[in-house]
Amino acid sequence: MAIEVLMPALSPTMEEGTLAKWLVKEGDVVSSGDVIAEIETDKATMEFEAVDEGIVGKIIIAEGTDNVKVNAPIAVLIDDGEELSATPIASAPATAEPSAPAAAPVTPAKIVIPEEPDLPAGTDMKTQTVREALRDAMAEEMRGNENVFLMGEEVAEYQGAYKISQGLLDEFGARRVIDTPITEHGFAGLAVGAAFGGLNPIVEFMTFNFAMQAIDQIINSAAKTLYMSGGQMGCPIVFRGPNGAAARVAAQHSQDYAAWYAHVPGLKVAMPYSASDAKGLLKSAIRDPNPVIFLENEILYGKSFDVPALDGYTVPFGKARIWREGSDVTIVSFGIGMTYALEAADRLAKDGISAEVIDLRTLRPLDTETVIRSVQKTNRCVTVEEGFPVCSIGNHISAVLMQQVFDYLDAPVINLTGKDVPMPYAANLEKLALVTTDEVVEAAKTVTYR
Amino acid sequence: MAARKTTKKPNISKQELLEYYREMLLIRRFEEKAGQLYGMGLIGGFCHLYIGQEAVVVGLEAAASEGDKRVTSYRDHGHMLACGMDPKGVMAELTGREGGYSKGKGGSMHMFSKEKHFYGGHGIVGAQVPIGAGLAFADKYLGNDRVTFTYFGDGAANQGQVYETYNMAELWTLPVIFVIENNQYAMGTSVSRSTKSPSLWERGAAYGIPGEEVDGMDVLAVKAAGEKAVAHCRAGKGPYILEVKTYRYRGHSMSDPAKYRTREEVQKVREQRDAIEHVRELLLTGKHATEDDLKAIDKDIKAIVNEAAEFSKTSPEPALSELYTDIYADA
Ligand SMILES: Cc1ncc(C[n+]2csc(CCOP(=O)(O)OP(=O)(O)O)c2C)c(N)n1
Ligand SMILES: [Mg+2]
Repeated sequence: MAIEVLMPALSPTMEEGTLAKWLVKEGDVVSSGDVIAEIETDKATMEFEAVDEGIVGKIIIAEGTDNVKVNAPIAVLIDDGEELSATPIASAPATAEPSAPAAAPVTPAKIVIPEEPDLPAGTDMKTQTVREALRDAMAEEMRGNENVFLMGEEVAEYQGAYKISQGLLDEFGARRVIDTPITEHGFAGLAVGAAFGGLNPIVEFMTFNFAMQAIDQIINSAAKTLYMSGGQMGCPIVFRGPNGAAARVAAQHSQDYAAWYAHVPGLKVAMPYSASDAKGLLKSAIRDPNPVIFLENEILYGKSFDVPALDGYTVPFGKARIWREGSDVTIVSFGIGMTYALEAADRLAKDGISAEVIDLRTLRPLDTETVIRSVQKTNRCVTVEEGFPVCSIGNHISAVLMQQVFDYLDAPVINLTGKDVPMPYAANLEKLALVTTDEVVEAAKTVTYR
Repeated sequence: MAARKTTKKPNISKQELLEYYREMLLIRRFEEKAGQLYGMGLIGGFCHLYIGQEAVVVGLEAAASEGDKRVTSYRDHGHMLACGMDPKGVMAELTGREGGYSKGKGGSMHMFSKEKHFYGGHGIVGAQVPIGAGLAFADKYLGNDRVTFTYFGDGAANQGQVYETYNMAELWTLPVIFVIENNQYAMGTSVSRSTKSPSLWERGAAYGIPGEEVDGMDVLAVKAAGEKAVAHCRAGKGPYILEVKTYRYRGHSMSDPAKYRTREEVQKVREQRDAIEHVRELLLTGKHATEDDLKAIDKDIKAIVNEAAEFSKTSPEPALSELYTDIYADA
């Protein structure tokens, strides 16, 4: 019986890919384990091995085809002596399966940024992914300051586990782009020492889940030493890496640490959403004389945005961005939460509710001014984040609003967060555990009494 | 098949050889199936296959007794199958279904079976090492003669908590066997790019822990070393280190482009050192089995794996109410 060869999912977040190259042609005999094609995901080019045996009866998707959806038939294998047309094709099991993994929240690939008020009029923009923007920020700062170096697991030869440091080893060499053993507590502490010693380290954690191994050095050494030394010894260092849930990687690999680090005096914390903010904030972080926690997101890495093509473009810490002006309700978010906030605002507009959407961009310092000013106008507020509900960033914002503009509030502030559970693996439960656009829409309606 | 250093124990029985063959084959076929299900989108997230390393767990399980414990990393499917956990329950956990060992809540990296004394399934590199010593601590405290097999990778061997654990394990004479599964790579980093120690097991000497290197592609050598380590622990002499030299044939996880090694390197190990081929050859040349016997075993294993795959597709997703269960134990 003929067997369909399906486009494989080659990473946790892959939804489609490019069929870069066929390594077999029609009529070739393949056995299980043979490499039959090269497939490009957003992260890498992967070799695709046959899992069945047979003869390549037909190549359905030509090489060089972009955006081939996972599970789309790409070729048909037949048995010896079999005619392709005469045989029924085994149905593709996964497509018939109702419970394939939850797709990552879908956002339009390209998002137009409202003009930054502080950009000169007519600034050229180029479209970049968050991944490229982060790489450029590091490369530019490394070119500008010989003392900036990058250290972490798989950052050099592997080009980054999530390909953020692609090309940096080639440009800057092994002295400045350094692969470490798997020893987070050790290399985080070593980098803190290097910062005390006059360098400007960028430490990549493969993900922030693993920074838990190093959290003592981050908090007890990096964050507190300036204070303890009476201002003598600062720690100019950036700890960066993906934070929060990716897709289906379960409890130990899916956690948003925004509130954890925002809690700590002595640290600065940035959590960008767009590529331009990722770039501008990372450059600011590298130049900052303090320890900065820079929280990225794997699902956002591949999203494209307009980035100002400006030399020396930076985004200041402590300044929120108003993405969308509105008059009925203020939606405050940051990082991937912005995806839901902006989607919700679109949907609310259709229902005649005008939402103002604020991206905090940095959580320490936190631009409460912008939030307060907005709430004085809209009188209602919904906060959106992925972290756990207890002691969340939203809780803090609610407290600030209560203390400073209590009389302006026409409804209790709603804090939307991830659910109060470790992240489950099962597709259906994972979807439930995460904050959703639907919840944002509903909360906005609740606070506006619609 | 290239010649092996290890001398075969002459008294190995046909029954034993057949058993190891079956168990290693089960792991391999199971993992191949898991790879397929991942490609079809039925398994999500990270999925780390054990293909190539089968002789390590099968050899050590052959040295274990009822009640002994084991704990390992995220590359855990082989360990679960080898300690007798049900392939259906393991595969259904991989697909995130109700019938999985963790009811679909843990996934590939996080599975447990109290009944089989399998303590996980840990996603944070190195974290299982002190946990393994803690299991051994509990056994010693309770006064039984159980031992704990604590598996970790060559990459994990550089984590600081491993050495904190070595120190305590020897200090308190804990019955724990540290099994370093040296498959030569930690993701894309080869051992020589992560340490200048000539051998990983020798690091135990700094804490007074004995150990040895073992050919992990030879199930009989692994079993013999395991028996020695178990005897040491059960005699109350404290921890023991086995650095088992092995090789992973597949990428680190499903999304690893594996540019850090050549296809030829992988091919060479497959052709010259494959652990399953080795036992197959022993069975055939020793006239313990015929090609037909082995084909029958293949068929059997295929049926078990297909049944597991089928179960993992038909078992329902967990009920939505499961989101909020198991966060706290009832007081
Ligand atoms: C503390 C921590 N750091 C990093 C990672 C990411 N990571 C997962 S597996 C791995 C490589 C581990 O290699 P090794 O210990 O040799 O085990 P193997 O995968 O070869 O079985 C890395 C870096 C992690 N899970 N936990
Ligand atoms: Mg390894």
